[in-house]
Amino acid sequence: MAFTLPELPYAYDALGPYMSKETLEFHHDKHHQAYVTKANELIAGTGLENLSLEEAMVAAFKDKSKAGLFNQLGQHFNHIHFWHWMKKGGGGNKLPGKLEAQITKDLEGFEGFKKKFIEAGTTQFGSGWAWLAMDNASGKLEIVKTPNGENPVVLGKTALLGVDVWEHSYYIDYRNARPKYLEAFVDSLINWDYVAELYEKGPMKIAA
Amino acid sequence: MNSLISKRTFLSYLAATPLVIGALQFISPVKFAHAAADAPKTSGPFTLPKLPYATNALEKAIDAQTMEIHHGKHHQAYVDKLNEEVAKDPALKGKMLDEIIGEVSKYPAAVRNNAGGHWNHSFFWNLMTPEPTTMSDELKQAIEDSYGTVEEFKKQFEEAGTKQFGSGWVWLVVTSEITVEIVTTPNQDNPLMDVVELGGTPILGNDVWEHAYYLRYFNKRADYLKSWWNVVNWKVVSENYAKAKL
Repeated sequence: MAFTLPELPYAYDALGPYMSKETLEFHHDKHHQAYVTKANELIAGTGLENLSLEEAMVAAFKDKSKAGLFNQLGQHFNHIHFWHWMKKGGGGNKLPGKLEAQITKDLEGFEGFKKKFIEAGTTQFGSGWAWLAMDNASGKLEIVKTPNGENPVVLGKTALLGVDVWEHSYYIDYRNARPKYLEAFVDSLINWDYVAELYEKGPMKIAA
Repeated sequence: MNSLISKRTFLSYLAATPLVIGALQFISPVKFAHAAADAPKTSGPFTLPKLPYATNALEKAIDAQTMEIHHGKHHQAYVDKLNEEVAKDPALKGKMLDEIIGEVSKYPAAVRNNAGGHWNHSFFWNLMTPEPTTMSDELKQAIEDSYGTVEEFKKQFEEAGTKQFGSGWVWLVVTSEITVEIVTTPNQDNPLMDVVELGGTPILGNDVWEHAYYLRYFNKRADYLKSWWNVVNWKVVSENYAKAKL
């Protein structure tokens, strides 16, 4: 089944001034669309066509000859969730109870999470992502950073929250000031309800 | 075999011969200085080189605001962070940038990233000019030997730059066989680093990090790569080629 570009779950101007309409138009309509288009091109004839996105993504990650396909599938997966990880009026330290309790236990509370998450995003050199992830084996929460299209799922973890630190996600609004973008993401954009929903679902284990 | 490997093999052969160990110290910087083309032959603390033209001089391909941020913020940050690493590690004290690049596997990732960023950008600014320039006959011949025509070379260079997934660079290098070849590297790696698979001596390189083109070209990296030929300083590239093949 062909992959398709999902619609944004809010209007293009909903995240201003923290993320502009112009950024969302390019990021969703051009960048995400290109990952979808190329994923569909590159998956043809690989034998992975009938797998779920997550299964195909993990299988392509494990097969170095499919690195080009993996890049597109990883980015499709990352962006599908990225749009939901933000909302108008989001961000801040009001977290759903159970999630907050585990963040307190594993990451020294919201302030600990914020510091580590922003640091991971700032120090991810070049294109990539910073994550709040759950380790599937231990169930512990941790902060992870990954290059380019990689994500916690291919590392045997569950992605609960991710922030895109490719320059295209902040260059129009913040220029080179990546830490300012990350601060705004944490303080004013995170959709904690969606993070909690993924947390409640528990480990995402993908067989491949 | 690429020139980097042959260089390393040569140096390890020398190192294994007690009589010429003294000569190694003399030979090594000369080799590196030659390999580094126009990058600064300086040791730390490093400084941001001045642009060889006004920030609005390259408007045919790159807007003034991009030049200001790219040079004044991004390149400056690589210089500053490299200097932090030099201050921390006595092994880096007094080392030339070229030397650090050639043995970058010995150092933490922050050295690789920021020494690479400083080298690559210092090289990059000198590759561009608002003036019309032409390439030397010998460079043209080398490009035609590898790619048939200059047009075909440009097409393949643009394609390689477009396909480099995420941040990185696309280069034209001189290989140990004295042929020219297009290679790409991720992030701020470059073909002189001992960590890269396909090495060589860079004579031309274009930055395909999004910060190099996003304010004017947005997601259209291919358009940026095509426009960039309008500001390439072929005189400098030809000089780089002449030096690299010595």
